[in-house]
Amino acid sequence: MSASSLPQAATPAAPAPAKVETPFRRFVSEFFESKTATVGLIVFTLLVLIALFAPLIAPQNPYDLAQLDIMDGRLEPGTRNGMDTFTYWLGTDDQGRDMLSGIMYGLRISLSVGAGSAIIACLVGASLGLLAAYAGGRTDSVIMRLVDLQLSFPSILAALMILAFLGKGVMNVVLALVIVEWAYYARTVRGTALVERRREYIEAAQCLALPTHRVIFRHLLPNCMPPLIVVGTMQIARAIALEATLSFLGLGVPITEPSLGLLISNGYEYMLSGKYWISFYPGIALLITIVSINLVGDHLRDVLNPRLKK
Amino acid sequence: MKQSYRAAVLAAVSAFGLGIAMPAKAQNVTIAVGAQVTSLDPHYHALSPNYAVAEMLFGALAGFDSAGRIQPGLAESWRPVAENVWEFKLRPNVRFHNGNAFTAEDVAFTISRVPTVPNSPSSYALYTRAIQSVEVVDPLTVRFHTEGPYPVLPNDLAQVAMLDKETHEGAATEDFNSGKVAIGAGPFRFVSFRSGDRLELARNDDYWGPKPAWERVSYRIIPNDGARTAAILAGDVDMIDQVPTTDIARLRNDNRVRISERNGLRVIFLALDHQHPEGSPFITDNDGKPLGRNPLLDLRVRQALNMAIDRNAIVGRVMEGAAIPTAQFLPQGAFGYVPGLEPPRPDAEAARKLLAEAGYPNGFRMTLHGPNDRYINDARIIQAIGQMWTRIGVRTAVEGQPWTTFVARAGRQELSAFLVGWGTASGEASSPLRSLTATYSRDRGWGGSNRGRYSNPAADAKLEAALRELDDAKREALLQEATRITMEDVGIMPIHIQKNVWATRPGLEHDSRADELTRAQDVRPAGAQPAAR
Amino acid sequence: MSLYLLRRLFQAALVMLAMSVIVFVGVYAIGDPVEILISPDADQIERERAIKALGLDLPLWMQYLSFLGNALRGDLGRSFVFNEPALQLILQRMPATLELAFGATIMALIIGIPLGLYAGLKPKSPVSKTIMTASIFGFSLPTFWVGLMLIMVFAVQLGWLPSTGRGETVEVLGMRWSFLTWDGLRHLAMPALNLALFKISLVIRLTRAGVRETMLMDYVKFARAKGLTNKRVIFVHVFKNIMIPVVTVVGLELGSTIAFSVVTESVFAWPGMGKLIIDSINVLDRPVIVAYLMIIVLMFITINLLVDLSYSALDPRVRLENKQ
Repeated sequence: MSASSLPQAATPAAPAPAKVETPFRRFVSEFFESKTATVGLIVFTLLVLIALFAPLIAPQNPYDLAQLDIMDGRLEPGTRNGMDTFTYWLGTDDQGRDMLSGIMYGLRISLSVGAGSAIIACLVGASLGLLAAYAGGRTDSVIMRLVDLQLSFPSILAALMILAFLGKGVMNVVLALVIVEWAYYARTVRGTALVERRREYIEAAQCLALPTHRVIFRHLLPNCMPPLIVVGTMQIARAIALEATLSFLGLGVPITEPSLGLLISNGYEYMLSGKYWISFYPGIALLITIVSINLVGDHLRDVLNPRLKK
Repeated sequence: MKQSYRAAVLAAVSAFGLGIAMPAKAQNVTIAVGAQVTSLDPHYHALSPNYAVAEMLFGALAGFDSAGRIQPGLAESWRPVAENVWEFKLRPNVRFHNGNAFTAEDVAFTISRVPTVPNSPSSYALYTRAIQSVEVVDPLTVRFHTEGPYPVLPNDLAQVAMLDKETHEGAATEDFNSGKVAIGAGPFRFVSFRSGDRLELARNDDYWGPKPAWERVSYRIIPNDGARTAAILAGDVDMIDQVPTTDIARLRNDNRVRISERNGLRVIFLALDHQHPEGSPFITDNDGKPLGRNPLLDLRVRQALNMAIDRNAIVGRVMEGAAIPTAQFLPQGAFGYVPGLEPPRPDAEAARKLLAEAGYPNGFRMTLHGPNDRYINDARIIQAIGQMWTRIGVRTAVEGQPWTTFVARAGRQELSAFLVGWGTASGEASSPLRSLTATYSRDRGWGGSNRGRYSNPAADAKLEAALRELDDAKREALLQEATRITMEDVGIMPIHIQKNVWATRPGLEHDSRADELTRAQDVRPAGAQPAAR
Repeated sequence: MSLYLLRRLFQAALVMLAMSVIVFVGVYAIGDPVEILISPDADQIERERAIKALGLDLPLWMQYLSFLGNALRGDLGRSFVFNEPALQLILQRMPATLELAFGATIMALIIGIPLGLYAGLKPKSPVSKTIMTASIFGFSLPTFWVGLMLIMVFAVQLGWLPSTGRGETVEVLGMRWSFLTWDGLRHLAMPALNLALFKISLVIRLTRAGVRETMLMDYVKFARAKGLTNKRVIFVHVFKNIMIPVVTVVGLELGSTIAFSVVTESVFAWPGMGKLIIDSINVLDRPVIVAYLMIIVLMFITINLLVDLSYSALDPRVRLENKQ
């Protein structure tokens, strides 16, 4: 990937050729050079569509208790339902919840929790990290001590407290994840920015008396992007997995509105007894989701990295 | 550790269908339990796993047999000699692990120590408070004076492990945990204790009762259900308790393990809000507006909700058979069981009719709460009940929370309907009647766990009479009446009584116990004589 | 330099103070420890007695002040559950967690760096692509699920390793360690791998990203132009540069591994601090929660300090003295 992007990147490096090439177009064409990343993006788009239209395409509303029948519990994949109106293609869980529908709805929750918390955490964390690195001094100390405080606070305890204050719910889980994760971004960005701000181009920008926010966001931030994207990619995956873990510990989303993680942890008790489908299929769905996000993020990093394009 | 290795090899051998050859000299046993032993001080923290350990190391004046009936322990017999005096005859020739003889002085010392253990989060004083004074008649006779008639004293004293006056005078909880004074008259001696990990014990060859089958006992704590099951399947341990219901069916068909089970003394039930007549916190009409009254105060509504619950479905589908449907506190055979008091036949039609009669033809909305980490399948049970209630028109949302959060809210009367459990440690119905359904009263010490604040003066009267009745037959009749009155009024909705399930490797026999305790003296190699009671 | 250290120590104290306040308020908001710990048979009088015995009858601010007073004298309180000093309880469990965390970290470095180097140097090869895909799986799978799968395969099906628990220990320096015995290592293998899985992927990706960036740097090109051997270029010039992010992240991860090994410890019944803290949270054993978090905060601050110090050692452009 790098070898192919390198000679191509070398051409536009020559100043102002007559070709009309916006940075965005260049980015798009570079992105689609990778087949795996393209596949990842397609799969991810598909998953997002499934999540968006779950209420229209799922055979059952798994969140409506009236539609579940406990007598249909733990049926094997391919069994017809008790009323003989549709087939449980992926079987049912202990409550008689259709796993296929459960996965579709669970995807909605997992994706929105993962992406939502990662984006908010990134915004908060990166801004604070940049500020810390750029301002230095007392601001830096205060922010970094806050980071220490945050990183030393077990996510489970933070989640437990937040959920105790606010009660269970998707938004509260997002909030808990943001509180748990922003510090990672802050620390990463600060670490890189600390190195970057000593570099000549920042000094040059400062000498030109550019406004501070311009220096930070137009000069410092883009050069801090590569590690931010590495961390960001991992944090989305991590957010989704962490939500699953919270569910495993009984602290996640409400039990009647399971996310992929909660479906896995509900079914995991049945793994030893041979009823693999309750945990297995949500596990596969989770895996595909995270892997597709990571394939995209992985390649994004290569494309966005300014240093790979020197 | 050689033991577990050998067990692993054995398990592997049997897994390949080569049959099982039990080594004749199996003298060690490894038991994995799900619940944490918090202290070896038998008077520090009243908690089931601590009782189990106390019964291995120490022993009490009375004990419970495997069915939960009271029977002699360090005392051979007892009887009321006056309305407010109990006389206990001690077992002669009983010695502590250090050789000291067990006498009436030790009993008096123990009773005086119990309320003085510092920082106790759950004191055993509960079981000694009725005793006003202890009278040492002779070395083997002791009398307890109570304020009034106190029929359940033997049951209470069955919870109190006896200590040695000479050894334990001034002993602190830490001294027990370090092993320094972990000395009792029980069937096993202390070897080592690593908190949160394992307790190692050795046989007490001078034990007064039947000799235990094991030279060494390794009592390991593995709280994770899956891990515990995996440990017995891998042959790392010889026995596990609290077998997850999800694994029972499979383990029954696995020749690497044997299942041993018994109906327990723990009832799972729903409690209802009786505190708020002007409207319950989690009940609204179908549009989400307040109702202005609490429908749960109407007997017909309670009956309808009760009738909507298909207990057989819950037991069969959710509990996978590891429970029995019930309409009362205790299983058949226990003291205070009411013969013929059965759960109503599930009938959605009749339930809807009752709701309509009560003025809710279209039902209402309600949230059913419950813990999700406390009782077996707790979160699954409330979801199943949510389904059943929704079908009769009571649109039910379900919320499972960690016990810490849940119990605080339930204890503040913030919930409308919620699932809880009750284990009757004393084995008799007076305990749940007094704590769960009696009218809340600080002065009487009643209703301590009555979180829905149910109140029924008729049942209270029967209970009050029972608590002062020394005659067992009369007392049981009174308790049965109190139970019947409460249940016909649907004061609480019992769902099922749990079965206690253990798994052992083949070649072991286990006397399963109703009281959930997992003790090494209850296991022995197949064919050996039953050991301790 | 010493002034810098002093300032960091002062900040650490502030953070710990803030942490203890949060825990006090948090535990207070969640619920009542007595309600959870007390025998259900207990009546109201017994409950009140227990509340008084644990000092919970005082107003929260008075409880906090008395905690603070004792803490200054080195006493972090006694566990509600175990009636032992909270600090002692945690220190007893610490070796188990430490060996798990270090085991996992060492595994991550030993496996991760070579694979990452390879993937970074030969990004086009199918082996590299396999490594990268595998690394994606490494942090996609939830830890608890992988843990159970490991137990299913290696303990139940194959019978190679013990399913759970910690093995035999030997006493060194007054603490009990299990990694010095064969039995202990056998018990350690699976939980350490379970905990390492995420980190291996992390190290692979960081190393690879670092290598790929560094190889394009002018100084590497220059070193090559100078005719240095490939080996020397990679192991001296490239390696030194890629170690910065790896050190940062692994350092940070070591701390969080120690702090958050809760899941692995509970799946594998590993009697460490993580297990203790989750149990303590479940019963609201406040003294243990507070003491645990204090220790963790202290540890994090130390680790961060070390990371910052090694930054300045590895990258001369970062000067600690420059920080005002």
